[in-house]
Amino acid sequence: MTTVPETLDRKFRQAAAEAGLVDVSFDVADSPIGPLLLAVTEAGLCRISFDPEPERETEELARTFGVRVLRGPREVDRVRRELDEYFEGRRRTFDLPLDLRSRKGFSREILDRLARVPYGEVTTYGSLAAQAGNPRAARAVGTIMNRNPIPIVLPCHRVVGSTGGLVGYGGGLHRKRRLLDLEAGRPGLDIPYP
Amino acid sequence: MSVPPFERFYVEHREAVFGHLVRLVGRQRAEDAFQETFLRALRGYDTLQHGRYLRAWVFTIATRVAIDEGRRPRPETHPELDGVTADDRPEYAQIEHLADELPEKERAAVVLRYGYDLSYSDIGNALGSSEEAARQAASSGVRRLRRRLS
Repeated sequence: MTTVPETLDRKFRQAAAEAGLVDVSFDVADSPIGPLLLAVTEAGLCRISFDPEPERETEELARTFGVRVLRGPREVDRVRRELDEYFEGRRRTFDLPLDLRSRKGFSREILDRLARVPYGEVTTYGSLAAQAGNPRAARAVGTIMNRNPIPIVLPCHRVVGSTGGLVGYGGGLHRKRRLLDLEAGRPGLDIPYP
Repeated sequence: MSVPPFERFYVEHREAVFGHLVRLVGRQRAEDAFQETFLRALRGYDTLQHGRYLRAWVFTIATRVAIDEGRRPRPETHPELDGVTADDRPEYAQIEHLADELPEKERAAVVLRYGYDLSYSDIGNALGSSEEAARQAASSGVRRLRRRLS
């Protein structure tokens, strides 16, 4: 085996993305709540996931967006930067185009409404359901939150139960709590993860 | 067998392809050829129907790129042909148009052996099999073609 020089590997990955030959670029980024897998298509950010397992997740990305899935650190730079600013408390809204083509109908409508829940505030599953014209669909909204393809940026951590309890979070309740603490200006994010 | 995400295909084959290119065109030119090989692979990747023989596929692309780079693969000796007259080896031009009809492995072996003059060990690498298996695939491919020609 002849090892491929790192510069050559990097050059190929860049050339591939610049030539528009990649369906999805991804990379794993560090964050105060653990490593995050970030994935983007030409249309925008399409996935953030906690506890990344790239092997399984690239399969899933390939099924949804096309088989030309390639790690591309530069391609996700902007996402990484905005997340860094968010975790440092310097950013309250994200300025990133999103690719939500995998979500349609009611799911899509709920995610669009979720995107408008402001920094530092919370809403309830029932309230989101009601806004979408289906007040009895709180449980369905819970499922949609659980499968949110772009957590943090689409702030499902700001959705709580009708009595104010945290209820659930796809990335684990400890992360939900830390994100809400961050947005409330409570310390805690400087504690090393986990 | 479905086509894997490109990342997995690339990571699985990049070292072997790079080694193959270094052998064909030398270290310096292998770097350009490497990038071109995988860019060509990416261009065709989303039209692949299945994930079989990906190794042979990318080695064939790499070999073509190496040839396009303007240098023939280095000539080598063929101990298995010692004592065999040149007439026993088919002229590739005579069989090229027929090769498409061969079973996949035999076709790849025949094309790489007689079209690109690769060693059986390189062909074995390309096909993900042993040197001996590559030799057998090529020779059974050639026998089949001879039967068709006669």
